[in-house]
Amino acid sequence: MDSALIPKGVKRCPLWQFLLGLGIVGVVLAWGVYAMLLCWFKGLNQTNMNDYYGFALWIWADLAVIAVGGGAFFSGLLKYIIGKDELKYIINYAVLIGFICYSSALLILAIDIGQPLRGWFIFWHANVHSMLTEVAFCLSCYFSVLTIEYIPLILENRQIDRVPFFHNLSHNMHETMAVFAATGAFLSFFHQGSLGGVAGVLFGRPFSFREGLLIWPWTFFLFTWSAAAYGPCFTLLITWITEKVTRKKLVKDNVVELLAKISGWMIFTYTIAKIFDTTRWANITAPGLGQTLADFYTGTAMYGYWILFAEIVLGGLVPAIILISAPLRKNPVWRVTAIILAVMGVSLNRWVMVLQVMAVPVMPFDKWALYYPSWQEVATTILPVAYGIILIMISYRYLPIFPQEAELNPIDDEPAVVAEINTPADLEPAQA
Amino acid sequence: MKHEQQHNPPMKYGMAIDLDKCTGCGACMVACMSENNVPFKTDESNKLDSITWIRVYKLTNGKSFPDTDICYLPRPCQHCEGHGGHSPCVSVCPATATDYSHETGIVSQIYTRCFGCRYCMAACPYHARYFNWWDPVWPDGMEKYLSPNVSPRMRGVVEKCSFCFHRYQQAKNKAYLNGERRVPEAAYQTACTQACPAGAIVFGDLNNPEHKVHQIVQPDPHNGNRSKNPRAFRLLERLGTNTKVYYLSSREWVRRAGDNYLAHETTGHVSKPHH
Repeated sequence: MDSALIPKGVKRCPLWQFLLGLGIVGVVLAWGVYAMLLCWFKGLNQTNMNDYYGFALWIWADLAVIAVGGGAFFSGLLKYIIGKDELKYIINYAVLIGFICYSSALLILAIDIGQPLRGWFIFWHANVHSMLTEVAFCLSCYFSVLTIEYIPLILENRQIDRVPFFHNLSHNMHETMAVFAATGAFLSFFHQGSLGGVAGVLFGRPFSFREGLLIWPWTFFLFTWSAAAYGPCFTLLITWITEKVTRKKLVKDNVVELLAKISGWMIFTYTIAKIFDTTRWANITAPGLGQTLADFYTGTAMYGYWILFAEIVLGGLVPAIILISAPLRKNPVWRVTAIILAVMGVSLNRWVMVLQVMAVPVMPFDKWALYYPSWQEVATTILPVAYGIILIMISYRYLPIFPQEAELNPIDDEPAVVAEINTPADLEPAQA
Repeated sequence: MKHEQQHNPPMKYGMAIDLDKCTGCGACMVACMSENNVPFKTDESNKLDSITWIRVYKLTNGKSFPDTDICYLPRPCQHCEGHGGHSPCVSVCPATATDYSHETGIVSQIYTRCFGCRYCMAACPYHARYFNWWDPVWPDGMEKYLSPNVSPRMRGVVEKCSFCFHRYQQAKNKAYLNGERRVPEAAYQTACTQACPAGAIVFGDLNNPEHKVHQIVQPDPHNGNRSKNPRAFRLLERLGTNTKVYYLSSREWVRRAGDNYLAHETTGHVSKPHH
């Protein structure tokens, strides 16, 4: 029924199957929307946040999706600025994933604030000294950039592309995409960094406080670095999941391995920097404020030394070594293991920099504060996941997301269509 | 009058709380809630989501009988100055909804500008900031007892101790009408200070040598405003928050409980923070 909308040369599941899938995920989405509306109309008393946990699950989710969404800006930087041309076969998906991550982050922020109708105050009454102000400005600007990067992909739809205006618009946007890629990388450097700065500037919280360079604490640079390092891993992870769900090979191994290799080296260098930062903080910064590592990691089993080990070794060194090593990287099992470990590692880092910061007592007579989210918080955190799956389903079905799909999955029973795949006009995806 | 005011040196309102006098009666908390229209819930047992601008902590020395000892520590907003007004919360608020006044030294909260991101709460190591998780609901008839000088806060914004700033505004107006250059010490006192039956709280201008709080604290501007009084200390002083609430105690364990120390460090003698 919708075959006229599906890119030529590729095969999609029957419409009923697609709609059934959309319906199932849609139920989850509706559950999240219901919880979101409860939070908006009844207030944040619907959550289990409290005066000790002003930042909780949502802020972690926000930081985590922005970190893993970093694959968009870094892949764009590698492809358009550094010239890694092979990445053109995965850049579309990186952009789509980034778009989902950043729109999700903005939605989460809109739910998280106590007075959503005043959200614009952050721009109108901006305090230029606040890291959160920088986050808001750069996040909004970069989301606009991602939208601009996503639009040409939408225009590549078979039917839309038949309209000359849209065809030319899409072509011209591709021509200027390097400018947007550079702008995106610039903006990402600052908002990823300022998200790290959010925790790093808290000089009243020795667990998160870091010295730094000029006005930027070390966490500023570590967050940018880690987003660039781990973001591509998330792109590869979602690509791998998509391949499993569709039961198709969508991106050639050489492209995956190149991105995995770059990510591996980035994670390795980041982890070395993180080890230096942790060592300095544990031996100089924290003792200078009267606290030791034991104060931060022995108060409760939830936040024991294991979390430090899991973040730096399991989520840092191990995936880095696997991805750097050519034999291991080329082995799909090892590669996917490393990618999963890496995504968990960066998510754990963001968890620590949000939740553990809130948990650690600062006043000597205060106690550790633990928290568990309410169902409304869980539902609104799952909401962006459902939204992301739906957007991926629709985009994958109707847009030429994967330029190598037709080549990797020839349709044997439709020779006429196979013959057409050599005509690039219909299949040429959103690439410069 | 305006010309004369310009020559007034800036004030720095602060407190000295004598922990050896505090009995933990909680009168300061009650007076504060009443004075400032602080909302409350039917069930106030969960102290993690109930609002108490000044909260009395119970400290113990951790020893068993007969050596056990306790201390009650009232904790209002510490009105941190940080370095040049760079207090932990003011510096992070993205919408300039909280501000440090260089005229009074008071950290304000602008309820109508706060949009409830709670970053300031994350920044405050004293947990002196509270979020309105609910809309305030007053028992029938209680609206008549609300103070007309303090605006009630709506759901979704942060609030905290203001050193009864409305009283300062009233005292300032009165001083102006009386032709006085400065607000007299007795004309501006916080509700908790006046309610304390033990006289444990002393409030005034830390910059004014005529004020009792200055005489007790003897702040040393050349040493980060540390007190020259050997009984005095500030909460988490080594973080560099540069607070304006000073505590007094003759008990060493109480003074030590006011900050984090490494095992080998002696109370009150610490290295300077790195920032």
